[in-house]
Amino acid sequence: MNILDVQNLKTHFFTEAGVVKALEDISFTVEKGCTVGLVGESGSGKSVTAQSVLRIVPKPGKIIGGKILFDGEDLLAKKEDDMRKFRGKKISLIFQDPTSSLNPLFAIGDQLADIVIQHDRVKKDQALEQVIKTLKVARLPDPEQSLGQYPHQFSGGMKQRICIARALLLNPQLLFADEPTTNLDVTIQAQIITLLKDLQRDLGMTLVMITHDMGIVAEMCKCVVVLYAGHVMESGDIETIFEKPHPYTEALLKAVPRLDQTRKLTSIPGNIPNLIDPPSGCVFHPRCQYAINICMEKVPPLEDVGGSHFITCHRWRELQGGR
Amino acid sequence: MIDMAQPLLEVKDLVKYFPVYSRGILMKKVVGQVHAVDHINFAINECETVGLVGESGCGKTTTGKLILYLERPTSGEVLFQGRDAIKTFSKGSGEEKMRLRRAMQMVFQNPYSSLDPRMTVFDIISEPFKIHKHVSSNEWKERVYKLLELVGLEPYHAERYPHEFSGGQRQRICIARALAVNPTFIIADEPVSSLDVSIRAQILNLIMDLQNKLGMSYLYISHDLSSVRQISQRVMVMYLGEIVESATTEKLFDRPVHPYTRALMSAVPIPDPKRKMNIILLPGEVPSPVNPPSGCRFHPRCQYATSKCSQEKPVLAQVDVDHYVSCHYYHKFI
Repeated sequence: MNILDVQNLKTHFFTEAGVVKALEDISFTVEKGCTVGLVGESGSGKSVTAQSVLRIVPKPGKIIGGKILFDGEDLLAKKEDDMRKFRGKKISLIFQDPTSSLNPLFAIGDQLADIVIQHDRVKKDQALEQVIKTLKVARLPDPEQSLGQYPHQFSGGMKQRICIARALLLNPQLLFADEPTTNLDVTIQAQIITLLKDLQRDLGMTLVMITHDMGIVAEMCKCVVVLYAGHVMESGDIETIFEKPHPYTEALLKAVPRLDQTRKLTSIPGNIPNLIDPPSGCVFHPRCQYAINICMEKVPPLEDVGGSHFITCHRWRELQGGR
Repeated sequence: MIDMAQPLLEVKDLVKYFPVYSRGILMKKVVGQVHAVDHINFAINECETVGLVGESGCGKTTTGKLILYLERPTSGEVLFQGRDAIKTFSKGSGEEKMRLRRAMQMVFQNPYSSLDPRMTVFDIISEPFKIHKHVSSNEWKERVYKLLELVGLEPYHAERYPHEFSGGQRQRICIARALAVNPTFIIADEPVSSLDVSIRAQILNLIMDLQNKLGMSYLYISHDLSSVRQISQRVMVMYLGEIVESATTEKLFDRPVHPYTRALMSAVPIPDPKRKMNIILLPGEVPSPVNPPSGCRFHPRCQYATSKCSQEKPVLAQVDVDHYVSCHYYHKFI
């Protein structure tokens, strides 16, 4: 069953320089109890997708079209007051930078207990009990001790554990993790990846892992959605995508150095497109080695390739056959 | 025995301690030392790329700055082409210093903060000519265009300002600026870590191509083991100010010996769903370099540590040709 079904989501930012088309027709589904990777480079729209689902897109951004079905209910049709009951409680988010997403002026215990008090209308000591329980789940050493401490007293890895605990406080069904390990060292990243994997398994939670690292995706996710310049390039289960990738995914995989082999890196020419004035036709065509005339002229639709693999490419038939 | 060729750069017993002061305005006292770089030794040969890898705070950037005398070493020697670079930088004549600066250059991590936003690309790349006066002014234009071409940019880019470029293009400008003085040695400090994944390969390939064309040596500083493997012929692994393992790239990645190196490698996710990770989880975090652990600095996080490890400091021992490890029990891991 799908816990999340995003259909033709469109989010634009109305800046002075022009309309930034951050999300242009995003469609994907997330199966319940599954870990899904949302992969893309900066500007691909992966964070805005999470923000759109929670309806916390910062100004001057606006969701201007589409549907977001969570457990069958359309979130975009909800009133703001109703939406607050979803945030944190049913859908939660771990932010990229734990340092800037914790309030430096409040002790950890207070700022986490506040969330429980707000949502569940309980007494503070009851809330603190819940906080300690959740900090234990996130494997923060000495949770009782740390309640009175402030964010600056923790290292980056510990802060991220606190942020994970904060996201889990109200037992959400769906958790977005927005590049949760990008600012961390590799050995700490390994600790956090292990923690998230264990949590997902033990709590039966649905996890959407937002990342630019194909390695993390391969390690953690069952399904992947590949984004580029506000469009879904492809989505499907992890084995299929690594075996029969979209031209963009293929190029990306050939361009990243790998720990287990030395090979010639094939770089992707050009730069990430400007989203105020995106390329015509397929957004990836200026950098695609397979691009032909039709790619410049017509926007390719998201097509069902079979085996729950969806792909946005005019030439998928011949490329998938020929590869 | 045949006379071994002299290495381009030799670092001997290099040390950098930063003092830690007590609080207060009056009566400031030194209350401790940050052991940023602690007695490290290595050499870099001509036309060679050596990778220096480690986690944040291990002293890899400080090592780079010490070599260029951007930080004053506490003690130790840096020999460049056999001559004492620290002495030249601290006591040499202006002309000697300039000559050495031309030979050794640096490319910084963040191309957004290392380019002056008020200078055009032409001004940025020709500034070294102005300072070093090694190119006569009527040749500037031609040289700038040549450098732009070398790093994959177009002549018309010269009139533009840094903000008009993407991260990858800016890093190309930084590389062109470093090349303007024809250096024989370049320190590249995390040159791709602030760039997008699809752009990183462009810059890594450029760095390697330039070496083939111009024959300079690199010290490639990074926390990313995969890119280090891609670019380096030899790799050194640093932990808390010390080099714990050093080997040719092939040996280090095929047969890592030090428990820290092995844990570090196990922590890197591989983009292949068929190859699941076998993470060796290190307990805790990197200890403070103000009071580094006694004996082997890695012992509080090492699963093989014994009482010997907490008391005696291991030395960098040779375990194979071109493979050195600083661990008391290295024979267990070979």
